[in-house]
This record gives sequence, C-alpha cells and structure tokens, in this order.
Amino acid sequence: MLEVSGLRKSFPGVLALRGVSLKLEKGEVLALIGENGAGKSTLMKILAGVQPADEGKFSVDGKETAFKNVNDAMDKGIALIHQELNLCGNLDLASNIFLGREPTKHGLIDEARMAELTKEFLLQVGLDLPVDTLAGSLPIGKQQLVEIAKALSSNARVLIMDEPTSSLSQKETETLFDVVTQLRSRGISIIYISHRLGEVIRLADRVTVFRDGENAGDLAKEEINHDNMVRLMVGRELSEFYDRNTHDAGKKVLSLKNVCSPAYPQIPVSLDIHAGEIVGIAGLVGAGRTELLQTIFGITPSLEGSLEIDGCDAKITDPKKAISAGIALVPEDRKQHGLVLPMSVRENCSLPSLDKKSTRGWIDQSAEVDGAQQAIESLKIKTPSPKQVAQFLSGGNQQKIVLGKWLAMKPKLLMLDEPTRGIDIGAKREIYKLMENLAGQGMAILFVSSEMEEVLGMADRAYVMHEGNIAGELSRDQLSEESIMNLATGNPMAA
Amino acid sequence: MVAIFVITAMVNPKFLNAYNMQNLIKWSSLYAVMSIGVAFVIITGGIDLSIGSVVGLVAVILSVCLKLEGMDPWSAIGVTLALSLIIGLIHGLLITKAKVQPFVVTLCGLLVYRSMGRWITDNQSIGPMPMEGDAGYMNLKQIEGLDFIFSGKIALGTFNLPTPFLFLLVLSVAAAVFLKKTIWGRYLFALGNNEEGTRYSGIDTDRMKILAYVLCSFFAGVAGILFAFELDSVQPAQTGEFYELYAIAAAVLGGCSLRGGEGSVLGVVIAAAVIRLIYNSINMVGISTHLEFGILGLVILLGVIGDEFLKKNIHRKQAASVP
Repeated sequence: MLEVSGLRKSFPGVLALRGVSLKLEKGEVLALIGENGAGKSTLMKILAGVQPADEGKFSVDGKETAFKNVNDAMDKGIALIHQELNLCGNLDLASNIFLGREPTKHGLIDEARMAELTKEFLLQVGLDLPVDTLAGSLPIGKQQLVEIAKALSSNARVLIMDEPTSSLSQKETETLFDVVTQLRSRGISIIYISHRLGEVIRLADRVTVFRDGENAGDLAKEEINHDNMVRLMVGRELSEFYDRNTHDAGKKVLSLKNVCSPAYPQIPVSLDIHAGEIVGIAGLVGAGRTELLQTIFGITPSLEGSLEIDGCDAKITDPKKAISAGIALVPEDRKQHGLVLPMSVRENCSLPSLDKKSTRGWIDQSAEVDGAQQAIESLKIKTPSPKQVAQFLSGGNQQKIVLGKWLAMKPKLLMLDEPTRGIDIGAKREIYKLMENLAGQGMAILFVSSEMEEVLGMADRAYVMHEGNIAGELSRDQLSEESIMNLATGNPMAA
Repeated sequence: MVAIFVITAMVNPKFLNAYNMQNLIKWSSLYAVMSIGVAFVIITGGIDLSIGSVVGLVAVILSVCLKLEGMDPWSAIGVTLALSLIIGLIHGLLITKAKVQPFVVTLCGLLVYRSMGRWITDNQSIGPMPMEGDAGYMNLKQIEGLDFIFSGKIALGTFNLPTPFLFLLVLSVAAAVFLKKTIWGRYLFALGNNEEGTRYSGIDTDRMKILAYVLCSFFAGVAGILFAFELDSVQPAQTGEFYELYAIAAAVLGGCSLRGGEGSVLGVVIAAAVIRLIYNSINMVGISTHLEFGILGLVILLGVIGDEFLKKNIHRKQAASVP
C-alpha cells in the first residue's frame, strides 16, 4: 500500500540517503534495521512529512503522491511515533490525543465527545485510564501507548515506530508487542525500526536493511535470523570491523566506591578501570549510564561515596576539576554538549586547553593554530580549513573534533558516551581504531553504548546498568547479546 | 552612514560646521561607551535593562559627593565606579547563583536604581559643580579639573576634540582586545553560543557571566560620570532614562545577536554613532522631531534584516565549501 523508490536526501556535508526504496503491504510489520547513520531516521522523517526529500517517488495505494508536510502525511494515513515522545506533559490525555484536531460544537471544544472518543482509542491500545489523567504523570511505556492511540485517532493506516522499546521495561515491551500484533490483525501496517534484533525476529513479517544510505537487502519471514541481519547491516565480518588486541591492564586509573549520582541518590555505584583497558557500560536508555559519566566528570557532582584517581582520593565538584585530574568526556549530545557549533574547528579544538595556550590571558594564536592542525592531521578531520565552522561538518568529523579537543590534553581516562551515534560507517571504524590505539598507549577508556555490537566488539570488560544500578559485570568471555540483555532488563536469571 | 552624512550635509551646510561635528562626536562617544558595555552581556546571551538607571544613579551620587558632601574628587570618582562594579556583581550573582532571568534581574534594577537616585536627592536636580556655600566649594579647582577631563575639549588647530571621545577610544580598544585576543573574551563568545557545551569543556561559565555583567555596569558607570559632567545638571528622574534601549539598539544594529555569541566592538561603536547621526540629521534637515523614533526604529530594523541576509549568505558559502 506504500511504496517508495529512488529516494535521495542530503544534508550539508552528508549524503544521508542515496536512492533507497521500500515497500510496505497492508497489515504487515516491516522491520527496518541498519546501523546508526544508515538513513533510517531520515527516511522516517521524510515519510512523516517532517522533512522534504531531494528526489524520489512515493505512492500510496498505487497512486503517486508526495508528502509536503506533517498534516499532509497524516491525511494520507501515515503517523510517526517519535523516539522522543512528544506528548505535552501538562495536558490531560484527551487534550493530547486530539491536539490540533479537537472536536468542536458551536466553536467551542466539545469536551464530552472528546472524552468519549478518547476512551475508545485508549481501549484500542489496552489502556483503561481516566481521560483527564495528565500525560506527564504516566510512565514512559504508557505514554508510548497514548501516542499510538493518538495516531489511531487520526485514522492512521501506517504507523512508523522509531526505536519504540528503547526506554521500556520488559513488561511494557510485552504490552507494546501485544498492541502491535493486534493492530496488524486489523490491517494496519507498521514500520518498526529497532536495533534489538531479538524483537525483530519476534515481530517482523519482513526485514529491510539499510547501510550507508542505501538498501543493503531484504529478508523474507523465513530468512530472518540474527546472522543474516548482522551480515547485511555491517556488510562484512564483525571481527574485521572491530579490530581489537588485548592489552595488559595496567594500574588502576579510576575507582568509584559507592558513588551516588543526583539522578539516583539512593543507589550507590562502584566500579574500577585500569590503564590500557577498554570498558563498556551497556544498558537500556534511561538506565543511568549517561548520568554516571556526568557524575564522574563533575557536571552533576556525586552526593556520596568516594572517587579515586590513581589511588588518590579526588573531589570532583565541577568539570574543571575532572579535567585537571586527567579525565575527558566525549558527551552523548555532540551538538549541545560537545561542540560550540557556530565556532570554528580551531576554536573548538582549543576550548578546554585555551588556558595552556595562553600567557596571562593572551591567546597564543600560533599555539592554537598548531594544536588544531595537529588534530586535523592525526584524526583525519575532513575540513577545508581550521577556520571552518563546526556546524557544517558531518557527524563523524564533528565527533573527531570533540575527540581532538580532549586528546590534546592527554587525558588518563577518556570517557565516551555513545561515541558513534549518528556518524557514518567509515568514521565509525576510524573511531574504533583510535580507541584501540589509545588503549594500546595506556589510556583507560570507558564508553557507554546502546549498540550491542559495539559493546561486544570493543569492550575488554563491560558493566551493565539497570535503573541506576550496576546490575552486573561481564568479562570479555562472558559478553554476549543474551547476557547483556538479561542484566539490562533486570532479569534475575542474570549471567 | 556615509549616505546620511552626505545628504544631511547637502541639505543643511551648517551640519558640517565645527560646532555641530564636535557635538556629534561627543554624543556618539557617550552613547557608544554604554553600548560597548551592554555588548558584553548580549554576547553571553543575556540582557541588561538597568543601564539607564545606573547612569542616572551614578551621575546623582557623583554630584552629591562632589557638591554637597565635599568629598575628595578622585575618591568620589572611585566610589561611583566601585558602586557600578558592585551593581554588576549583584546582577551577575543573582543571575548565575539564584538563577533569576537576566531580564527580570535588570528590570528590577532599572526600577530600584532610578528610585534610589530620586530618593537620595529628594528628586531635586543637582550637578557636580559646587557653588559658593556648598561643602564641595573648597574643592572647586580640582572639580573643574575633572570637568575638563570628562567633558572638556582639546584644541586641535581650529577643531576642538571633545574628551569623551578619548574615553571611548581607550575603552573601545581595550574592549576589542579583550574580546578578540584573550581567553576570557573567547569564553564569553563560546558560552553565548552554547553555555552547556562550554561548561562541558571545563570552563567556569558562571564566573564568566558575572564578569560580563560587572563590565556592563562598569561601562555604564563610566558613562554616568561622563554624563554628569556633560549635563552639569542631573535630573534624578530623567537622566539616563531609556538609555538602556539606545545601548541595546546600538549593540543589535552593530551586529550583536540577542541569542548570544555574536558581536564586535567596532560594529557597536559605529552603530552608536549612526544612531546619533540620524538624530542629528533629522534635526538638521528639518524633519519633524515627532518622527525621530519612527525613523530610528525603521533604520535599526532594516539594518538588522540586512545583517541577517549577509550572515545567511556567508553560511551558505561555508556550507558549500565542505567536502
């Protein structure tokens, strides 16, 4: 019923889609998978009318068409359930579901009818809640179901779900699966985007794989298995992609003892990391991994417990102290936290080390330029010049700038939060190589990743977090998709 | 700017005479000093609405110290500058530590400092120059010396250069060097563009913001002293009223974005001069003074729109140059 072909889309510095196609039948669940940066989210945004395509053909029910804007896409029956939920927490369920489409009577909102319809749509997704519940008071899993109810209320025939389970508990995930199965039996088509291959195996009728903005292949129901999907997604053998050597772990660089982050004040966390080690932190989104790194880095200082660096007690109350203790953080949100986008490559590279590239406050221009030049050469940052504004570079190159600004300070411990999010596969590989090299030089590396493959491929050891807790620690031999998922979902049968 | 200059000169030849030029330079300098101050704050993404009231309060207190209290004139200057630094510090602390929005903090400042000035003087106008019988009369010589420093004229051949211009010269060069050549200037731009990101780079963003407000009030304080000597008679209720808006207008016309992270001292100084020039031209050409604000508003609007277009073009070129 929905067909897309020859779709192209470019952003400044990146060619996101290079002519992809996709076909969706009535009443099927199509899983769309691919690494980060493969172009899945871009395609979804185009289908939902959020962004226009540069080129490409669309047809709905065999008729050629285009998606001009969100309303237009909605009229054609396509609704996107965003990865980040878009409900207004301060409004009740009825107002949220009918936002912008409120039933009216004599120009006023017809509350009674709205409540009645809301009730009906909520029941369709298995929610039996008063319609005047505030959306913000519901847990994420229920909010997601409300989003689906909202889509149904607009007569959606195609639901696009972008990583719907990324922040759900095991139980909420099961409920969602039931709802998805029910919707399918009612003839609603679903495009299901996920990194969780286990879910895809359970739910999908067909799989389409994207790689680097192109179609990497399709799998029919009987071909869907883990190996086939990974092979298409990565396009090569895994061992080749993650080139790891083991290094002898050196002395302890960082040791946390019962540290409580402000996000989880009741939950003490302890962990150790040694020089030359690459340690992963796995877990679901919202498990408190980013918060833990932020606490180590002093953004949200720890409330209790002790933090030792090189065996000495360290009080890290702000990022400045963390940096002088030899800690660096490549944050998850590159644009908000990693870079000052409107500033140049040179200015970004020197920002944390500027006081070392100056005398009594005067910036030493030549030291600054040298520093930037060195980062550009050693990290192979593709930029026309050090004066180029960071904003217009591709995700991979931006990430390299963030790395460059920290590597200039020669940290003892490099923390990376989702180091390869939103960057293309080539740059990804370079970043893995760099991590390996740095560990070889004796740097301790701690990275958070939601990509299973990345943790399995890169980590010498991994901690798995669940709801603020470190649910377990896995050595390289114990690492498997299953052992991580068990711990990450709080399964007591943990490895 | 050149166009306005030429047209006005053609319409009214008196525009070019020495006296008018001196006046134009003097007033431009006075306004530009305030505008540079607010530029620091605007670069951090903040705003300072209290400048006009700070100018008024400083002018009042300086006058009281010199004329009625008979304070040592240089100490009086020191006291007023210290006062303006403290005002800036209070603004900065409230904004960074108590997390009150800059708009609110400085709006309250606008009201408070204005009424303080009126209360101290019982709303009577007052000037820095003491008369016979005033406590400050014994310091008359020194105060006259100050008057020359702050609002005198230096003869350059037939042209008398107003001294406020020298203040502007020194302060603007210092401000430009500070913003472009020192790490603190860089930090102000960085935090104006992305405060969180700057914090993640280990920079004490709160301290830098406080610095910006302190500098802003300090520049307003200097402007207050200049105005006090220039006006001779300070009206507690009116002196400096709405000046914050001129200062902000000049900063914006001079290329500062209220979103923060952009701006240059040279641009701000030129813009302050343009605003004064427009005023002067309106008078000289003989356009109804009731149209003053209207013309000024349109010029600023057009200037900023033009600036946005230029920026967009530059952006497009940069985006296109990426491999």
